[in-house]
Amino acid sequence: MEITIFIILLPLLSFVFLGLAGKWLSHRAAGLFGTAVLGVVTILSYYTAYTYFTAPRLADGTFATLVPYNFQWLPLFLGAMKFNLGVLLDPISVMMLIVISTVSLMVHIYSFGYMHGERGFQRYYAFLSLFTMSMLGLVVATNIFQMYLFWELVGVSSYLLIGFYFTKAPAVAASKKAFIVTRFADLGFLIGILIYGFYVGTFDFVGPNTSAAVGGAKMIPLALGLMFIGGAGKSAMFPLHIWLPDAMEGPTPVSALIHAATMVVAGVYLVARMFPLFIAFAPNVLHIVAYVAAFTAFYAAAVAIAQTDIKRVLAFSTISQIGFMLVALGVCTSVEPEAGGLGYMAAMFHLFTHAMFKACLFLCAGCIIEQVHSNEMEMMGGMRKYMPITHIAFLFSCLAISGIPPFSGFFSKDEILSACFAFNPIMGWIMTAIAAMTAFYMFRLYYGIFWGKENIEHHTAHKPHEAPATMTIPLIILSVITFFFGWTVSFGHFISPNGKSFDSHLETSVAITSVVIAVLSILIARTMYRNEKQVLADSLQKRFKGLWTAAHHRFYIDEVYQFVTHRIIFGCVSRPIAWFDRHVVDGFFNFLAWSTNALSYQIRGFQSGEIQQYTYVFLIGTLLLILLLIL
Amino acid sequence: MDYSQFLYMKEELSLIAVILIIFVVDLFLKPGKRQEAGQARFAIVLPIFLMTIHTLINIIPGTGNVQAFGGMYQYAPMQTIVKAVLNIGTIIVLLMSSQWLKRKDVSINRGEYSVLLLSTLLGMYFMISAGHFLMFFIGLETASIPMAALAAFDKYRYESAEAGAKYILTAMFSSALLLFGLSLIYGTCGTLYFDDLSHHINGSMLQIAAFVLFFAGMGFKLSLVPFHLWTADVYEGSPTPVTGYLSVVSKGSAAFVLMTILIKVFVPLIADWQEVLFWIIIVSITLANIFAVRQKNIKRLMAFSSISQAGYIMLAVITGSAIGMTSLVFYILVYTVANLAIFAIITVIEQNSGKVSINDYAGLYKTNPKLSFIMTLALFSLGGIPPFAGFFSKFFIFMAAFKAGFELLVFIAVVNTIISLYYYLLIVKAMYITPSDEPIPTFKSDCSTRVGLTICLVGIIGLGIASIVYQTIYQYGFGL
Repeated sequence: MEITIFIILLPLLSFVFLGLAGKWLSHRAAGLFGTAVLGVVTILSYYTAYTYFTAPRLADGTFATLVPYNFQWLPLFLGAMKFNLGVLLDPISVMMLIVISTVSLMVHIYSFGYMHGERGFQRYYAFLSLFTMSMLGLVVATNIFQMYLFWELVGVSSYLLIGFYFTKAPAVAASKKAFIVTRFADLGFLIGILIYGFYVGTFDFVGPNTSAAVGGAKMIPLALGLMFIGGAGKSAMFPLHIWLPDAMEGPTPVSALIHAATMVVAGVYLVARMFPLFIAFAPNVLHIVAYVAAFTAFYAAAVAIAQTDIKRVLAFSTISQIGFMLVALGVCTSVEPEAGGLGYMAAMFHLFTHAMFKACLFLCAGCIIEQVHSNEMEMMGGMRKYMPITHIAFLFSCLAISGIPPFSGFFSKDEILSACFAFNPIMGWIMTAIAAMTAFYMFRLYYGIFWGKENIEHHTAHKPHEAPATMTIPLIILSVITFFFGWTVSFGHFISPNGKSFDSHLETSVAITSVVIAVLSILIARTMYRNEKQVLADSLQKRFKGLWTAAHHRFYIDEVYQFVTHRIIFGCVSRPIAWFDRHVVDGFFNFLAWSTNALSYQIRGFQSGEIQQYTYVFLIGTLLLILLLIL
Repeated sequence: MDYSQFLYMKEELSLIAVILIIFVVDLFLKPGKRQEAGQARFAIVLPIFLMTIHTLINIIPGTGNVQAFGGMYQYAPMQTIVKAVLNIGTIIVLLMSSQWLKRKDVSINRGEYSVLLLSTLLGMYFMISAGHFLMFFIGLETASIPMAALAAFDKYRYESAEAGAKYILTAMFSSALLLFGLSLIYGTCGTLYFDDLSHHINGSMLQIAAFVLFFAGMGFKLSLVPFHLWTADVYEGSPTPVTGYLSVVSKGSAAFVLMTILIKVFVPLIADWQEVLFWIIIVSITLANIFAVRQKNIKRLMAFSSISQAGYIMLAVITGSAIGMTSLVFYILVYTVANLAIFAIITVIEQNSGKVSINDYAGLYKTNPKLSFIMTLALFSLGGIPPFAGFFSKFFIFMAAFKAGFELLVFIAVVNTIISLYYYLLIVKAMYITPSDEPIPTFKSDCSTRVGLTICLVGIIGLGIASIVYQTIYQYGFGL
């Protein structure tokens, strides 16, 4: 498993090379280089996963946790505390390797067509490599500190990629917003890490039974709660979700990679990584996670229904789906999959399937946007005639996200719902309702784009056509995965909360209810949006005008933020601090500068250039020191 | 006598071999008219080449502490690391002196220069490995007398001669004090072996006086306040590569030796020397910074900067702990690359345009962007700005002192880093911001200077991040 180090080093190499030498390379060479390196990384990841999961299990039925590398990076001289950098392989990190490398490779290939001829093409590929490196480093982190390090690197690369079109003002604003909001949340993460390190005595991920963990038991809930704030920032949980919809200003493949499949699930991964500690010491915190996530899922689904920008619909859908994953983790009550631990496996399962179909949806959206030159649904309609492959891929993914068998999303969502029902039937029904909303808004989107009222005028002016092969091939691959993955792979064999193999089985009642409700929602969406004239939709929109407008404006959360930050924080907190800084702090330093200067002027005579005086001072100094010690 | 004991001294022996080879080859390289260019190149490359080999064969530390010649010579693995650091410093100095050595009036003495330089290094080696005060004193003198000759190397320049004279006079004076201190020690203890002394030292008044006199002698080498007054004049007058050597290699070895002797010999006086160091550190760092602020000549500025850096190094010495020792060696290494980068740039600029005033650096960014860039990074590293190596070395030193309970000292040191940043940034400001009507013209520095600068740049960026360096030093930190 020593080979795993290359999974991280190769993208880093690619980043350095493309970053330094990029401007002398042609677009083609740079893209091919980046893609080829990522291809190798993908092969290595698959190889790692294959050898890892085919290796014999340990005596207690779990997969071995391997640590092929663990370098000490910075000693701290505080007991056992040190900052290490290394590679840790366990079922979830290996699974994440597959998710990240697969989606990243697809995006690399796709970008070849999508970013064709863009200015800064090489820079784009360099940033993609940087992101991939950071994300891979994050998932294989051997300790929480390394995770934080790469966590921030991921944030930086996200910032760089959202602001890729840095000549466009909205992109710049969005990149800043994303960075500031997630950085703000990361403050909680950092404090959590410090508390964890201080009380547990190590930055390593420790099991619940180790003496280190027991030693810090009373502070662990606080530490985990603070860490979750960081996770909520990255995973766009309410009320820290505001950056994600704006992040759609970045290139669409970037949205697919970072803001749908990989980076935004870092928060889910974080909770999963700390899961044993959550269960052992802080089950209440875990349930808070579930409530926050459930509310977010509902809120985002409600907003998604009223958006007209297709990327925003997908963005809110992502927020909602991440909410599903965190709900699944949050409703766990033990590490036994049969007794309250099912959600862990369900969350990881959904993370996997969601990464595939949501990436596919975003990539489809990219194809469409490139043809109609707009994100707005009213510019589309009837696109099925022009883009058959995109149409089918989009439909597959929509069916998956709505939870229709045999698509992969059905299986993972079914596990989540079962876990919710096992925790509390009310939670189960709430999540089922949100799943129904999901099916509705996704098919509203689908019919709005591919059927419905066609914008003939626009389409005759620029006749849309199918995207080139570099763009459709990733769509096909991702659709195939979405179609087959759910019923061919028994996920519980690889990943389960206690590490042992476990047979997940469909719970018939849950499955039937959710499918029936999903199909009903789809039918409603069909009747409302399929036809040229959307009488029902328009009249509903008129009747609930207030609600629709509120949802369209995302329930004015951004305005609330604007008010809080500008009026309250800037006005009441920052102004006084700024005054203090300008007059007291600066005053101190000005005084320091002034006194240094004045003193320096006064004593310049010491340095006379006369050697007699030098020895004189030398001797007096020596005598003074002797006096100092003797007296 | 058992001659196999000489094998323990392999580092010294191989350095002597290097010196002898250079010396003999130089005899046969008298400048003839025809092959001058080729010979010049050979004469410059030979010492660098030999020193590189010497460094490489002596880079692996031994396995344990060894004594030879009845305890006169003592070896510890940590010494190998320190010597390697000094070697690297010397190699960089040799690299950066090449352009200066091509000048007409100096070129005839090229061989002499290398031999003198390496002789001082040999003196430092003996000083480091000494197990007896006489041995130590011989090393000290071997290290300082040729230094005076080096300071006066530009013999047709008035300032250089002045520097040489000032250096030798002050060195004599401080050696006299140091010897007086040693005689007091011998008088009270009856021995000068390090190992025996720690049992005999009991803190009587004479011994305290002896300690202060010894400390004053070392304080001269380290240019700590109030033994520092020679520094600015000598740094300004000496040829710039020699100044670099003085500020880094000479100072680094003295700091290491001071710490080992304080721990080995004066351990019963620990409270006393900590008190002395406490005041010396405060005065050195602060006063040197205050003086540095007003300097116009960049070499004088670097002189005061090096005084305050010596104060920071003493912060590691005052701890008297293994972590302090580790941070000391790491600090010296990091300080070496950063300071020598600056001196190398001062040298090439002086050689190409004859300018050494800070105001002359205005607009350097326009004409020589690469040099300005390296200079900036080196200054940042000296100032302790992350992520450059200087930040980590300062961090480790502060941490060591903090752990040893000198919180106030650390606070004063941190406040002083802010002041030091001010004058480091003055140079950066001159290079990048201040407009200039006649900036230093664009020039191409010669190959070996560029090699030297590359080594420094790699060190400045890499040493902080590559934790392996610190780890290796850390491993031997306890071996004293």
